[in-house]
Amino acid sequence: MNDKKEDKKEDNAEMKYVGKKTARVDGLALVSGQPVFADDIKLRNMLHAKILHSPHAHAHIKSIDTSVAKKVPGVKLVLTHEDFDLHYYTTAGQGYPEPSSRDTRILDSTVRFVGDRVAVVAADTIAAAEEAIEKIKVEYEVLEAIFDPRESMTSKILVHEQSDLTMVHDHKRNLIAELKAELGDVETAMKGCDHVFEEEYSVPYAQQSHIEPHIVVTWFDEHNRLIIRTATQVPFHVRRIVAEVLNFPVGRIRVIKPRIGGGFGSKQEILNEELCAAITLKTGQPARIEYTREEELYAARSRHPQILKVRMGVKDDGFIEAIDLNILENGGAYGTHSLTVMSVTANKALSFYAAPHKKLLGQAVYTNMSVPGAYRGYGAPQGFFAMEVMLDEIAAKLKIDPTELRHKNYVKEGDDVPIAKILGEGGEGYPMVIYTSGMADCIEEGKKLIDWDKLYSEEKTGRVRRGVGMIGCGQGSGIPGIDMAAAFIKMNEDASFNLLAGATDIGTGSDTMIAQIAAEVLEVPVEKIIVYSSDTDMTPFDTGAYASSTTYISGGAVKKAAEKVKQQILDMGKKLLKVEEAKIENGNVIANDGQSVSYEEICTKAFYTHEQHQIMANASHMSYDSPPPFNTTFADIEVDTETGIVRVHKIVSVSDAGQIINPQMAEGQVEGAIPQSLGYALSEFMVFDDKGAPINTNFFDYHIHTTIDMPEIVVKFVHTDEPTGPFGAKAIAEIPINGPAPAIANAIYNACGVRIRELPITPEKILQGLGKI
Amino acid sequence: MKIAFTLNGQETKAEFTPGETLFHYLRSDEIYSVKNGCELGECGACTVLVDNKAQNSCLILMHTLEGTVVETIENLGSKSNLHHLQQKFIDEGAVQCGYCTPGMILASEALLRESEQPTSEQVKDALAGNLCRCTGYVKPIKAVCNE
Repeated sequence: MNDKKEDKKEDNAEMKYVGKKTARVDGLALVSGQPVFADDIKLRNMLHAKILHSPHAHAHIKSIDTSVAKKVPGVKLVLTHEDFDLHYYTTAGQGYPEPSSRDTRILDSTVRFVGDRVAVVAADTIAAAEEAIEKIKVEYEVLEAIFDPRESMTSKILVHEQSDLTMVHDHKRNLIAELKAELGDVETAMKGCDHVFEEEYSVPYAQQSHIEPHIVVTWFDEHNRLIIRTATQVPFHVRRIVAEVLNFPVGRIRVIKPRIGGGFGSKQEILNEELCAAITLKTGQPARIEYTREEELYAARSRHPQILKVRMGVKDDGFIEAIDLNILENGGAYGTHSLTVMSVTANKALSFYAAPHKKLLGQAVYTNMSVPGAYRGYGAPQGFFAMEVMLDEIAAKLKIDPTELRHKNYVKEGDDVPIAKILGEGGEGYPMVIYTSGMADCIEEGKKLIDWDKLYSEEKTGRVRRGVGMIGCGQGSGIPGIDMAAAFIKMNEDASFNLLAGATDIGTGSDTMIAQIAAEVLEVPVEKIIVYSSDTDMTPFDTGAYASSTTYISGGAVKKAAEKVKQQILDMGKKLLKVEEAKIENGNVIANDGQSVSYEEICTKAFYTHEQHQIMANASHMSYDSPPPFNTTFADIEVDTETGIVRVHKIVSVSDAGQIINPQMAEGQVEGAIPQSLGYALSEFMVFDDKGAPINTNFFDYHIHTTIDMPEIVVKFVHTDEPTGPFGAKAIAEIPINGPAPAIANAIYNACGVRIRELPITPEKILQGLGKI
Repeated sequence: MKIAFTLNGQETKAEFTPGETLFHYLRSDEIYSVKNGCELGECGACTVLVDNKAQNSCLILMHTLEGTVVETIENLGSKSNLHHLQQKFIDEGAVQCGYCTPGMILASEALLRESEQPTSEQVKDALAGNLCRCTGYVKPIKAVCNE
C-alpha cells in the first residue's frame, strides 16, 4: 500500500489535462444532430421486426398458428419457439461465466410474465409487422401465477418447472439465489448491546428511462460477416452471447456501439440482439428491432424490488456493534442480475459501517412479474434506503445528531473491510482496505451547504413544515478481480494519436475522460487524441460500461498504454539525438545539452527513415481493488400536513471520488443521478393490475422529473488521491443515486415526525403517518 | 397526398401517405437529428420548430403543414458553423448522451425568438416538455439562461 502511495505523488504533480474542464470529444456531432445513434442508418431491403408479447403472467403455449400472419403482404418471416433448439442462457450482459441464472430461451413454449416474448415478425414495413402480430393465433393454457415474493418460496406454483437449469439455487422453491454470510458473532454481540433496533423496509420496481429506446440493427457485410449495430453498454458480451445463442462463430460477428442515448444499466442486457441477428441469419436481410416506449416500460428491464429487514445492535454512545441484514429480492420471471444485484445490496450496505459483527441472509425469488435487471447503483440504492433510514431512527431514539452518528460509524482510512471479501459480487471477493476516504469532509461540507444546524433543530409548526435529512453511502470502482479493459494507442506524424479503447461511452463522457488521461500522459493537448471506442472488430476488449468501472479500470488501461507509447517516443528521441539521457517536455524530447527533437519529427522518421516502425502500444488493466467512492446527500424539503404532499427545495450531494478527471462531466453525473432518485422517492414506481400487468406504461403515467419538477441541486467534490486509481481517481457514475431517496425520507421525519420505511413516498402514506386518514 | 412547405429553408413538395406524421416523414428523409423517444408526445426528443414554435413532430400530421415553415437542428447550425446555442450547450456541459439535445436546443431557440432575455422560470417552462435522463437539466437550463 505504501508503494502505491509513493507512485501517486509523482502522478499528480502539475497536471494539465486531468482535473480540467474539457469540451466533450463527441459534443460537436451531438449538438449538430449528426447520424451517430444506432437507428440513424438506412439499409437496402431492411426488415422491421415486431415482437408479440404475452398478455398472460403465466401460461403454456398450446399452439401457435402463424399461417394468416405470414400471408400479410410484406411479411418475410415469423419465428416462434418451434424455430429454435432448446438452449438456456442469461440475458445479463456480464463477464463469463455469468453469475446469473441460465433460465431464458430466445423464444419459449411457456410465458412467465406479462410482456414475455412469444413470437417475432419481420416485414418490409413496421405497419406490416404490426398487422401480422395481430394475426398470430396463440392458444394459451393459462396457469396460476405468483405475484407476491413473500409467498414464492412456499408456493406450489413454480415459475420455472425445468429441473436442469444452471445457476438457479432451488427451482422447486422459486429460489433464484441465496446468500448467507457472517462476520464475528452477531447474536452474542446483540445481547451485549444497549439497544437493538429492528425494522422492515421495502422498495418498488423502478425504470431506468433512458430516452433512446432499445434499438438494434443487424446485417451481413460484404464479407458475409454479421454486423450488430446496437444501443448497448456491453458490446463484447453481446458478441459472446449472440454467438452462443445462435451457434454462430464469434469471429464472424462484429458489434458496433455507436453513440448511445443513455443506458443506466438497462442496456447491460442482451435484450433483442439475439432475436434481430436470428432474423438476419434466417433471411440474409438486414433487420431492425426498436422497442416502443410502452415496450420499454413493461417488456424491458427495471430495478429489483426488495424487502429488507434490518436489525442493529447499538451502544448508548451510538457505536454500532452488530448488523443483521435480511433481503428478500423479487427477481421477477427470470434471474438475470438477481444474484449479483442482491450481492451488491449486501456488500455495499454492510461495507459502509465498521461494525465488527455482521450477518446476511439474502434470498432472490422468482415471481410472474416484470423482469428487473441492472439499474445504476445495482442494488446499492435498495440497501442504503434501508440502512440510512434505520440510522436516522437510531439517531432520533438516542438523541444523537444524524451527522454525528455517521461520523462515529462509517469506515475510515486504513480500515480493513473484511465483509467485502466475504461477500464479493456473486461469489467470494478480495480483501478490501480503505486507502482513501473524504467522508468526514463530505459531511461537514454538506452540513454547511444545507444549513443543517439551523434547519435540523428549528421548531416545526404550522400546516407546511420544513425539514432536513441526510445520509452517507459508499459504492465501488469496478468489480474487483473481474472487470478488465484494454486500450491501444498509435502515433501519427503530426503528433496526434489514435486511441482505440474498449471503454463503452453510453453518454457518460468516457471517450472524453480517456482522451484526457492519454493527453496527460503523452503531454499533448486533448484535441490531439482521436478516440474510437467499443467496436469488437476495431478496439481491444472491455467488459463494458457498468459497475462504475470505466474511469478506474478502462482509464487505467489507457494510462498504461499511453505510458508505453511515451517511453517509445522518448527512446526514439534519444536515438535521434544520440544521447543517453533526455526528457519529454511540451511535445519535444530534450537532451541535457538543450538540443531537441519534436514528436512530429520522431514519428515521421520512425515511419520513413530511421529504424522504421510504428510507435504504438497496447495495455490491459484489471484490479483486485475496488476503492469505494463516498457520498453524503442532504435534502431540504417541506411537507404539507393537510395534503401529504412533499416538496423538495434542495438537494446537496457531496462526493469523494478521488481525483476528478473532468469536473464538469463529474458534476453532470451527479446532477443526472439525483432526479432518478427523487423519482424513486416520490413519483416513479411501476403499478401492476391484479393479473400482473404493468399499467403505467407511458411517460405520462410513469412520471420522470422534468425541468419544472427539479429542486435546487448543489454538487460538490472533496479531493482525495486514491493510490490505486489512474491519477488518483475513483468512480462517480453510480454513487450519487443512492442518497436522495433516503435523505428525503429522513427529512420528512424531521419535518413532521412521520417515519417512511417504504418507497414510493405518497401523500397517502404521509397522511396515514399523521393519523389523518 | 402532397403539400408544399418550407423545410430547413428549402421550398419542399412533400409526398406522403394519409396519416403520416412529420416525425416519420423527416426520418424517412434521413433527417436523423429528430429522435424517437416515445412517439406519443411525452418526451420531446422529436421536437422541431413549426412557424417558430417548438412542437413534437410525432404528433403533427403531414397534411396539416401546407405553407408552414419547419426547422430541425440542421437549420440552426452545422458542424463547421455552430449556432450560438449549440456552442453554449457544449461549453456548459449541457450535453451528455446527446439524444435529447437537438430537441432541447430547438425548444430553447423557440423561447429565445420570443423573448431575448428569458428568466430561468421561463426557460424551465419552455423545456418542460423535453425529457432528459442524464443531466438533471441543471446545465441545459444554465446554457439557455446565460445566452
